[in-house]
Amino acid sequence: MRAPGGPGMRRRRRAAAVALQALALGAVVVGLGVLVVLLFDVLRDGAGTLTWTFLDSFPSRRWQQAGFKAAIFGSVYLLVLVAVISFPLGVGAAVYLEEYARRSAMTRFVEINIANLAAVPSIVYGLLGLGVFVRTLGLGRSLLAGALTMSLLILPVIITAAREAIRAVPASIREGAYALGASRWQVVRHHVLPMALPGILTGTILALSRAIGETAPLIAIGALTYVAFVPESVFDPFTAMPIQIYNWVSRPQQGFHAIAASGILVLLVVMLGFNALAIVLRARMQRRSQW
Amino acid sequence: MSEAQAAQSAAEVPSGLAALSTEGLNVWYGTSHAIQDVSLTFPERSITAIIGPSGCGKSTLLRCLNRMNDFIPGVRITGRVAYRGEDIYAPDVDPVELRRSIGMIFQKPNPFPKSIYENIAFGLRINGYRGDLLPRVERSLRQAALWDEVRDRLRDSALALSGGQQQRLCIARALAIEPDILLMDEPCSALDPTATARIEDLITELKASYTIVIVTHNMQQAARVSDYTAFMLNGRLIEFGPTERIFTRPADERTEAYITGRFG
Repeated sequence: MRAPGGPGMRRRRRAAAVALQALALGAVVVGLGVLVVLLFDVLRDGAGTLTWTFLDSFPSRRWQQAGFKAAIFGSVYLLVLVAVISFPLGVGAAVYLEEYARRSAMTRFVEINIANLAAVPSIVYGLLGLGVFVRTLGLGRSLLAGALTMSLLILPVIITAAREAIRAVPASIREGAYALGASRWQVVRHHVLPMALPGILTGTILALSRAIGETAPLIAIGALTYVAFVPESVFDPFTAMPIQIYNWVSRPQQGFHAIAASGILVLLVVMLGFNALAIVLRARMQRRSQW
Repeated sequence: MSEAQAAQSAAEVPSGLAALSTEGLNVWYGTSHAIQDVSLTFPERSITAIIGPSGCGKSTLLRCLNRMNDFIPGVRITGRVAYRGEDIYAPDVDPVELRRSIGMIFQKPNPFPKSIYENIAFGLRINGYRGDLLPRVERSLRQAALWDEVRDRLRDSALALSGGQQQRLCIARALAIEPDILLMDEPCSALDPTATARIEDLITELKASYTIVIVTHNMQQAARVSDYTAFMLNGRLIEFGPTERIFTRPADERTEAYITGRFG
């Protein structure tokens, strides 16, 4: 069968296809290119000052002695706490909304709100955290207050991702299990969650990556930038990598700018490390849940 | 069904041995009236086929019998469905318990994405069996005529089986928890003729121990395997009686038109 239209039309169509492909390639090059340039820039500035002393020292007024230790520990503790708080809450909420809640005006209202909360600027969460956790609940400028604030920030993302993953489990699997006399919880526990887990973990990884880089809410709740100790309990004050970097960048001395670049490198490595861990975890769970 | 036909089917179908029955059953999905005033009895240890064109309510009726319709939002059911004389829609009936006695096979094979062994062990575990499950797994696989094909690969994924094998695995899975009744929703519609023949043989064998209700759009299949046949059209039960009589001397002209292939 011949396509309708003459050779002119065919040529135009081919030209359009080529143009679209070029556009898509261009988008990839620009996106990745900017990232590579940024990375090289940071490497050039920060690689020289990235020493063991830098990693193992507390902040100082002199950049030669200033280190990142408190910020590294603060961020890692914060991230672990946020994961522990937000993962069960997020997955629980998603399971409830998808598997238990009846469709009603109330659940629709909740759904719309979750979608909107994901778009609320992070500084607003910071102010909420300051009001609720720091002041009202009297947690002070503690690690726990920071973790709770961050958890609120990423919960909508986790809930939305988990719901998508749960919804992707085919209805035929649920029906098969129900027809064997499984209760709702048994269906969720043995079939829905194991099948949805890879998707849930992917969403959680993305959300946690966002949390480790967030600065505004921590500044709003008043996390300190001069912390000369490693937090020993969740009620201790803390600092985090992005805050420390922000603080160093805003100083006039060139030396601080260099160690800020070193800090960015550490932040990237820690973030990639956590992502890699989560991916390994996901792969292992996937294998196990299959058989 | 007219009163005369109702009287006739009452004489033809032994209602005293009914494992399941419906009385004046109506189902609405939102505003659409999917099942209209259906009264049927499913005699014990026999195969009852429900036939009719697509969208006539066969599957809806089947799903009322073990309360699988409960999950569909906006569904409304009136009338009575009795399992061994007890109303299954009574407030004190737990649908989870009910489904342990009334198993179901679906149109498309739906094995769990787990091993062959785990597919069967799941039903056993949630129903309280402990200890070594292998003998029971083996027994139900033998019942479903699948054991010889899978005995050496019980730990392999069920998804690696062929469509016909998957459907027999689903039957084995249902049999493992020793139900009383099996509901089958077009169990062969996704299978090739060879696999269909095997499933049909299996269904005929299972009749000795189970009451089976099978929905099919394949009239030859209904004629081959079933003892009783119900013909449905637009949500109504048109005719019900012994399969042989329905296929040779249908009382209603619409039944005759359908089984002779004039519509549907």
